[in-house]
Amino acid sequence: MTYDLDGLSKELLLDMYYKMMLIRRFEEKVVEMYRAGEIPGIAHGYIGEEGVAVGVCSALRRDDYILSTHRGHGHSLAKGIDPKHLMAELYGKKTGVCKGIGGSMHSTEPEVGVIFSSAIVGGNIPIAVGVALAFKMRREDRVVVSFFGDGATNTGAFHEALNLASVWKLPIVFVCENNFYAISMHVSKSTSAKEIVDRAVSYNMPGVVVDGNDVIAVYNAAAAAVNRARKGEGPTLIEARTYRWLDHGMYYLGKYRPEDEVVMWKQKCPIRTLRDRLLIKGIATEVELNSLDEKVVHEVDEAIRFARESAEPDLDFVKQFVYVR
Amino acid sequence: MPVRELTYAEALREALREEMLRDDRVFLMGEDIGVIGGVFKVTQGLYEEFGQERVRDTPISETAIVGAAIGAAIAGMKPVAEIMYMDFLMCAGDQVINHLPKIRYMSGGKLKVPAVIRTQYGLYRYAAAQHSQFYPAFLMNIPGMYVEVPSTPYDAKGLLKSAIRDENPDIFIECAALYRVRGPVPDEDYVIPLGQADVKREGRDVTVFALSYMVHVALSAAQKLGNEGISTEVIDPRTLNPFDKKTLVESVKKTGRLVIIEPDHKTAGVGAEVAAIVAEEAYDYLKAPIVRLAADDIPPPFAPKAYNAFLPNEEKLISSIKKLIKHSK
Ligand SMILES: Cc1ncc(C[n+]2csc(CCOP(=O)(O)OP(=O)(O)O)c2C)c(N)n1
Ligand SMILES: [Mg+2]
Repeated sequence: MTYDLDGLSKELLLDMYYKMMLIRRFEEKVVEMYRAGEIPGIAHGYIGEEGVAVGVCSALRRDDYILSTHRGHGHSLAKGIDPKHLMAELYGKKTGVCKGIGGSMHSTEPEVGVIFSSAIVGGNIPIAVGVALAFKMRREDRVVVSFFGDGATNTGAFHEALNLASVWKLPIVFVCENNFYAISMHVSKSTSAKEIVDRAVSYNMPGVVVDGNDVIAVYNAAAAAVNRARKGEGPTLIEARTYRWLDHGMYYLGKYRPEDEVVMWKQKCPIRTLRDRLLIKGIATEVELNSLDEKVVHEVDEAIRFARESAEPDLDFVKQFVYVR
Repeated sequence: MPVRELTYAEALREALREEMLRDDRVFLMGEDIGVIGGVFKVTQGLYEEFGQERVRDTPISETAIVGAAIGAAIAGMKPVAEIMYMDFLMCAGDQVINHLPKIRYMSGGKLKVPAVIRTQYGLYRYAAAQHSQFYPAFLMNIPGMYVEVPSTPYDAKGLLKSAIRDENPDIFIECAALYRVRGPVPDEDYVIPLGQADVKREGRDVTVFALSYMVHVALSAAQKLGNEGISTEVIDPRTLNPFDKKTLVESVKKTGRLVIIEPDHKTAGVGAEVAAIVAEEAYDYLKAPIVRLAADDIPPPFAPKAYNAFLPNEEKLISSIKKLIKHSK
């Protein structure tokens, strides 16, 4: 009996399935609780894009660092942040990953390799370059991943950062999550390059396009780029094509994409795709996968309970964290 | 033994060198700081001594320079990045405003950002409105990062060493017009605590709050006023964040008069904040209205005659103080 798919172990495959499902259920709950008025502020859902975060983070070591974006819940969960602490952060509670000071768009848990998430589009990319510089200067064999959207590739920060990372041959992988829209703006209208990945050419680094809804393909592309970075051969730009099922944030912002496009992408659900493959190849049984599904539901419920029951920080509490004193 | 004298630039260089020797995590990066030692020569010789790994010439990418400094800092290094002119600092505005002072806070205190961003503004260099700006109040208005404005070689060295050792982010603003100014700098290691103003000259009749370069203008004016029997106290804040209110307020309580002289713009400038602090905390002690001498509220002009008039100077300071003393309660 073969236990692998594309050379990947059953353990890894099931973990990827589990993590994608965790993100899916987590995000569904976020939408529900946001609408119920329990989650304040701004939040952006990752439903439909799970294959990217999970494929990439599965190719990383725990001590590798990722930098994330406004649409970051999936990255945090994929890298191993406890859903309880992430949900508590969204609720603005003291037990959150950032003690309720960061909220949905900011997540830091160096223990598992989530160093920073910026809500400024393109903002994390130069910082990621600096993290990679620190690793290189200390001769550590650690790798950095910077996640960002298609829209971010039109910021100056993206271009300065890729140039510098290439000139200094830093151990970093740039992962562009191309979901084809920056809020309402279609990538074809915003981007002069034919393909985002073509931008890698200017920076003299490999550029790889991958189907972001195929978690195994993402994993393989990321593993190759991470390996290259770890060996000291420099950065890679990965363009992972995917789609967000939800609107940009938690509100409906108007019609900017055709209905049939949304329907078409929903048929390419990354979780369904992996599930089918695991079953068809006989790698996992319905029973095994169903039990993971149940585990996830339980974990998300537990996260909500934890978030609800946690205390809110007050002004005096948050004031402690501005300076190191 | 006489105390040795160094220029402001030499004092800064010594601070960088000593901190690099003291702590492996300290490294420098910026445009043209390596091979040629910086366009203002502050880092001269450090590339030869420490090599290209620790004295890194960068492309013209202000956002990437500040961003990479932040990234290296949160990953455990102690970067000192140079932005060639303060005017260019806002090319990296997003990193300076939205990231540098926010990351520690937004991470709930999990991260530290011990990065120093050195920059300079020029005075009397007739370099027009994109190479002459000094906007410290704007930076002082953003909580989460420290702002240093040294006026002497002694302060420059001691403050830079503190800024590097301290684990908060800093914007360290040098004045190019001071790079060649000499002053005493002791041989032995010392640091100046951040948030301690310096009484550069003691006096009884009037407090002059002088910022950066204007400390020298104020000291020269105070000397002349002394000959005419007016005793002037000169306060140099040295750091704008943390800001030492106590030294300022105590001085005003003693003298009852405050004149502010600053090379930044008047509207919402540092002096506006200083005046507000004194109005809030020492109002009853004032014998006369507060006077503010600042750069005009126009972009710096190129033409030298107009430029010279655009800045406050010693003459204006002396006449303001005399008038103030005459018209006091
Ligand atoms: C510098 C900046 N400009 C604008 C915004 C507002 N904004 C937030 S997300 C977003 C779209 C980003 O698109 P993309 O990079 O493709 O990421 P996606 O939301 O599709 O994941 C915009 C314009 C911002 N946060 N930062
Ligand atoms: Mg997008």
